[in-house]
Amino acid sequence: MMKMETANNKLYTLLVYSENIAGILNQITAVFTRRQVNIESLNVSASSIEGVHKYTITALSNEDQISKITQQIERKIDVIKASYYSDDQIFIREIGLYKLSTPITIENPEISKIIRQHNAAIVEVNPTYSIVIKSGMTEEIMSLYYGLNDLGCVLQYTRSGRIAITKSHEEHVSAFLEAREKENNGDGE
Amino acid sequence: MIFLGWESNKKDYMSKEVVTGAEALMRALKDEGVKTIFGYPGGAIMPVYDRLYDYTREENPVFNHILVRHEQGASHAAEGFARVSGEVGVCLVTSGPGATNTLTGVADAMMDSTPIVVIAGQVGVGLLGTDAFQEVDLVGVTQPICKWSYQIRRAEDVAWAISRAFYIAKSGRPGPVVLDFPKNAQIMTTVYEPRHIDYIRSYVPYPKINEDNVKEAARLINNAQKPFALIGQGVELGEAQKEAVEFLEKADIPFGATLLGLSAIASSHPLNKGMLGMHGNLAANVNTNECDVLIAVGMRFDDRIIGKLETYARQAKIIHLDIDKVEIDKNIKTDVAVIGDCKESLPEITKLLKRTEHREWRDSFEEYHKTEVDKVIEPEIHPSSGPLLMGEVINAVSEATNNDGILVTDVGLNQMMGCRYFKYSSNRSVVTSGGLGTMGFGMPAAIGATFGRPDRTVCLFVGDGGFQMNIQELGTIMEQKAPVKIIMLNNNFLGNVRQWQDMFFNGRRSFTPMMNPDYLGISKAYGIPAEVVVDRKDLKAAIERMLATDGPYLLEAAIKEDENVMPMTPPGYDVDKMLLEF
Repeated sequence: MMKMETANNKLYTLLVYSENIAGILNQITAVFTRRQVNIESLNVSASSIEGVHKYTITALSNEDQISKITQQIERKIDVIKASYYSDDQIFIREIGLYKLSTPITIENPEISKIIRQHNAAIVEVNPTYSIVIKSGMTEEIMSLYYGLNDLGCVLQYTRSGRIAITKSHEEHVSAFLEAREKENNGDGE
Repeated sequence: MIFLGWESNKKDYMSKEVVTGAEALMRALKDEGVKTIFGYPGGAIMPVYDRLYDYTREENPVFNHILVRHEQGASHAAEGFARVSGEVGVCLVTSGPGATNTLTGVADAMMDSTPIVVIAGQVGVGLLGTDAFQEVDLVGVTQPICKWSYQIRRAEDVAWAISRAFYIAKSGRPGPVVLDFPKNAQIMTTVYEPRHIDYIRSYVPYPKINEDNVKEAARLINNAQKPFALIGQGVELGEAQKEAVEFLEKADIPFGATLLGLSAIASSHPLNKGMLGMHGNLAANVNTNECDVLIAVGMRFDDRIIGKLETYARQAKIIHLDIDKVEIDKNIKTDVAVIGDCKESLPEITKLLKRTEHREWRDSFEEYHKTEVDKVIEPEIHPSSGPLLMGEVINAVSEATNNDGILVTDVGLNQMMGCRYFKYSSNRSVVTSGGLGTMGFGMPAAIGATFGRPDRTVCLFVGDGGFQMNIQELGTIMEQKAPVKIIMLNNNFLGNVRQWQDMFFNGRRSFTPMMNPDYLGISKAYGIPAEVVVDRKDLKAAIERMLATDGPYLLEAAIKEDENVMPMTPPGYDVDKMLLEF
């Protein structure tokens, strides 16, 4: 069950950029573990900058705590930048995948209706199962799941961690790296 | 492939040649200027020890390798070495238990910003993850408690990893680095090319100082009537002792020092109002809650300093100078943060300060100081009857060394008393486990200190509890003839816990009384001269004998069993509500 936001705790998204070195994820999660803060979702992928990995992490916390966590992550030697955002500062997407029973889906027209209503797409159909994909916010993805589940057609369901991009115009990470390169006069790496 | 030993490579040392990973490690350490290594051999580090054999031969010793008696001792010795010398302490151990035994030292160095590099053997890369003999996931275990940890999987990475390790350990806010060195990488060969890394793009050890914040800090100080400064270890680590004095003197700012910052400025400096914290000096603590501007320099507002967070210096504007931006607002909200190296930021602020005097404010410390002298200090250092007291022993040793010795303490009452009553006239003269509070730290750290500063007198104060926590290092002292002057304050109790039991647990002394062995007998077995002092009249002569003896010495002082360290700000008390007696 998803934990709820409360007056003291809300969902924050951390964007962390690091060098591509083994063990960074461990270092990042250790900062959360130390304060016993649960990571709600986590997505790791290569970023648009070569050799730089991007982590998108969500956690329920308060501003005081999340700012300290963010700074302690950024302090790690191979972490380039870490910043935290509330939902209004970023574009967010998640993806839900639903494996449905094809016979049940054909039998009950309500199922295709609910898929259309949720703007989801059917990406594969075979005699035993069909795959539906839906991108959006947590609530929309969950809502489609609950709708389909009530109709008894779901064989499997999974939801991705969130990915996010910031709404601000500045590209912090590339600017930071450019500035750093200018300062490098000695034996860089 | 050619294997080139030490003898055959001496001639063309600088030219490109093929060497083993173990040999590359020797060369990289030499290139870093390492001279002293604290270590203990074992299976997975044997190729390195084999190369070390050549590098430590009498005819051409590149390194002085100190064989400790337990790997924990190696890590603390490396810390003691680093703290007094300002250089990076080096520790060499084997995999598995050898590596995990150093963890307390690694965690300790992290808490106290001490630059050490721990190099541990590891099973071969092919065996990783198979629960091989003496395998432990060292990088995984150490990541949360060190500044950087890395596994050197290939011989060609040795030069890079060592250079990076030393750069990270000593730059910015210093700290421990752990290198995990699988056996196959020690044996594999590579072309050795020296590296001198002084830039890592993701790591900014010296943040740029914000001019506006410097101006705002100076403005607040110039308008202050009652400024007060907190001097931390950052001043020592940044070699900014002179800059700090100029800053304080120009605006006439009295200051208190943290446990680790005690020797940054001489004890005798008129603006020095003593130690901060739970067992610090009364005036410094009380006036923290009286000042109008509080300037923290290179310190981190530890909970032992602030007492009750909600009432700490609420009346004051707070200026925080630190090289680590993560410390800003971590515990205490600041009004102005000056992030950067205090060796640069202090002079920038000083330039903007008006030369002023705060006579009345300065005098306000005297009254509290007098109260503390009358009620606590005098009875402690000059008692006329009863058993020996800790403070009088420490004071007597400090005076006998002209207040210019290096103080090493263990943890507990010996530590609090040592730091209260020892006096300092030189920088880098306090070696104590401040953040982690590691019992057993003292003896190995003192050994390290004698190698870091062989020209100075190293005085170790240790309790009967902590003495036994790394008692095996008496073997190292014996073998090295390390001139540690060990003053054991023996009260037959785990004294600090006993004090808390008496104060907060209705005197229920749960497992704090301790049956002790014959320490003189132990010392004799190790060939270390020793004596016990029981009577006050014998104290001075015993100290003189200890100091006059070349090499190590154990002076066991039979002190009062139930003596408490006072004054005290109990946990959760306001910083200005110190108890003077219990």
